[in-house]
Amino acid sequence: MADRIPLSKAPERWIRKKYLPHIWCPGCGLGTVLRQLVEQFEKLGWNNDEVVVVTGIGCTGRASGYVNAQTIHTIHGRALPTATGIKMARPDMHVVSLLGDGDGVGIGGNHFIHAAKRNIGITAIVVNNRIYGMTGGQASPTTPTGTKSSTTPYGNLEPSMDISKLAFGAGATFVARAHTANPVYLGQVIRRALEHDGFAVVEVLSQCPTYFGRYTGMPDPVEMVKWFQENTFMAKSPYDEQEDKIPVGVFRDDKNFRELSKAYRALWEE
Amino acid sequence: MKVALETNQLMAFAMKQIEPHVVAAYPITPSTEVVQEFSQYVANGDVRTEFVAVESEHSAMSACLAASLAGARVMTATASQGLAFMWEMLHIASASRAPIVTIVANRALSAPINIHGDHSDAMGARDTGWIQLWAESAQEAYDNVIQAIRIGEDPRVRFPVLVNYDGFTTSHAVETVEVLEDEEVRKFIGSFPRPEVNFLNIEKPASFGVLALQDYYMEFKRAQAEAYKNVKPVVLEVAEAYAKLTGRKYGLIEEYKLEDADVVLVAMNSAAGTAKETVDKLRQAGKKVGVLKIRLFRPFPIEEVASALKGAKAVVVMDRAYTYGGPAGPLFCDIAAALTNVAQRPLLGNVVAGLGGRDITMEHVEHMFNLGYKALERGSFEPLVTWVGVRE
Repeated sequence: MADRIPLSKAPERWIRKKYLPHIWCPGCGLGTVLRQLVEQFEKLGWNNDEVVVVTGIGCTGRASGYVNAQTIHTIHGRALPTATGIKMARPDMHVVSLLGDGDGVGIGGNHFIHAAKRNIGITAIVVNNRIYGMTGGQASPTTPTGTKSSTTPYGNLEPSMDISKLAFGAGATFVARAHTANPVYLGQVIRRALEHDGFAVVEVLSQCPTYFGRYTGMPDPVEMVKWFQENTFMAKSPYDEQEDKIPVGVFRDDKNFRELSKAYRALWEE
Repeated sequence: MKVALETNQLMAFAMKQIEPHVVAAYPITPSTEVVQEFSQYVANGDVRTEFVAVESEHSAMSACLAASLAGARVMTATASQGLAFMWEMLHIASASRAPIVTIVANRALSAPINIHGDHSDAMGARDTGWIQLWAESAQEAYDNVIQAIRIGEDPRVRFPVLVNYDGFTTSHAVETVEVLEDEEVRKFIGSFPRPEVNFLNIEKPASFGVLALQDYYMEFKRAQAEAYKNVKPVVLEVAEAYAKLTGRKYGLIEEYKLEDADVVLVAMNSAAGTAKETVDKLRQAGKKVGVLKIRLFRPFPIEEVASALKGAKAVVVMDRAYTYGGPAGPLFCDIAAALTNVAQRPLLGNVVAGLGGRDITMEHVEHMFNLGYKALERGSFEPLVTWVGVRE
């Protein structure tokens, strides 16, 4: 089998090897997400200098440093405004933003809503590990109710935020959810999001064995990945229900709205 | 009672003893553990504090501000970008006379991204109207935070206070410290003096965040500027009371072997300790050197600084932050201003060191003193600002 599938050239072309090994913990889901992202760059035939990767702060924030493209690592919560500026100045660039749950919908939540509302051509990949990993396992906006964390030792009292529903409600024209247990599907969804001309959100359920797993009795990353497999179902809407499982799938792919940077250019032409 | 704790844990312990009514915070390295540990005291029912894990520092300070104006005793902790993100509300907190106590494990500012210690964050908050206390050690940080409550809440003061100590160097170091009993702390800080004007006083409804344009804005600000004159005596009074309780006496500044010193180094936070060690070593070699440590940085104790430095021949001011495009480091500018009207001024020079967590070693400090001696030979510091411990 192994010798019949040609090795992917994506890591060679798209990963800055000199910055490896990466800082992520063993078993972290971010490696899977990053790998699938660069595979899609390769499959789409994009050039390294026409892709911009923007990140904020947190574990996910470190991703930009490893991608061999135009990259910017900005401050906590400000990845999307930065990406917005880049896209408005250079609509010809492929602008991709990798966000964590804390970065994307916590401290940067307002930007997330407004980027979705504007339908600006940014692919926002929100790696949702449901906890603040970088600072040591504090409850994040997506930490489920009742879940223990370093700031909620008896369980989180607040309801958790549903990123896909938020994106859906805020008007993102492409909304999907996938998880790290099925990297091939994750890759396909990321590719569709990258091809989408408008604001595209891919929420990725990703494992943090170090903190989320430890606090929820799943310190083994394999167990966490299995949990994703067993507790998700394919759905057409983030509002679909099936037992207590989490819906995954492409929830919206709407091509009827004009992308903002192009709409501006069209106005200038007039 | 003696305990051995990481400074951040110690600050959480102090917060437990203080038992503020409200804490709103957001995690950031290297101050995360302060609030994280404190949230566990809350969860365990050790304190009756309302703890709000907000979604950003901007929200943290907004929540703290509103809680304080509603008449609550309020604390939070942050660092670096977190303090920078609070910047808007920092001004409003001081102008609204909201005595919030914010613990800061001092850390560098982006860019480049750096999580380690320097003073850029607090220096960025220098002109926001917050009182600033600085600590060389865990013991001082603990003592400062307890005193900060009483200083800030004193009816003659009513200003918010930043309690600073170095990120990682101090925040993550374990030190054996002497702590008070909970009861002693609560007795020392007393119950929160509820301000006459507050959100929740339905007898006297009040409006906060009023508009004052060309007609009255300047009078508001003049009154605020004037009010800082009350701070120094209160800081000293509180220090006196604290000394009676603990035997540990603090001033606005600390003078270390200044009586006969020819060359004096001015320092803040942990580097002051390194500087004192170096002074002891150089004194053995017959050099008359000393250290001036600033404890109260805002309001800046001009008279005390001028008096402490009047006998020196050369003064080297160590800044662990820089005013980019400015004439010199921020502490230097204050020291120079303090000496403006002094008839016989020592030669003044500035060193910038320890940015982004770069070690400040005894060799570096020795070099700084040598710059002072060189200036004495030449008659001036050339150049005015020297960066120490940097590859150039």
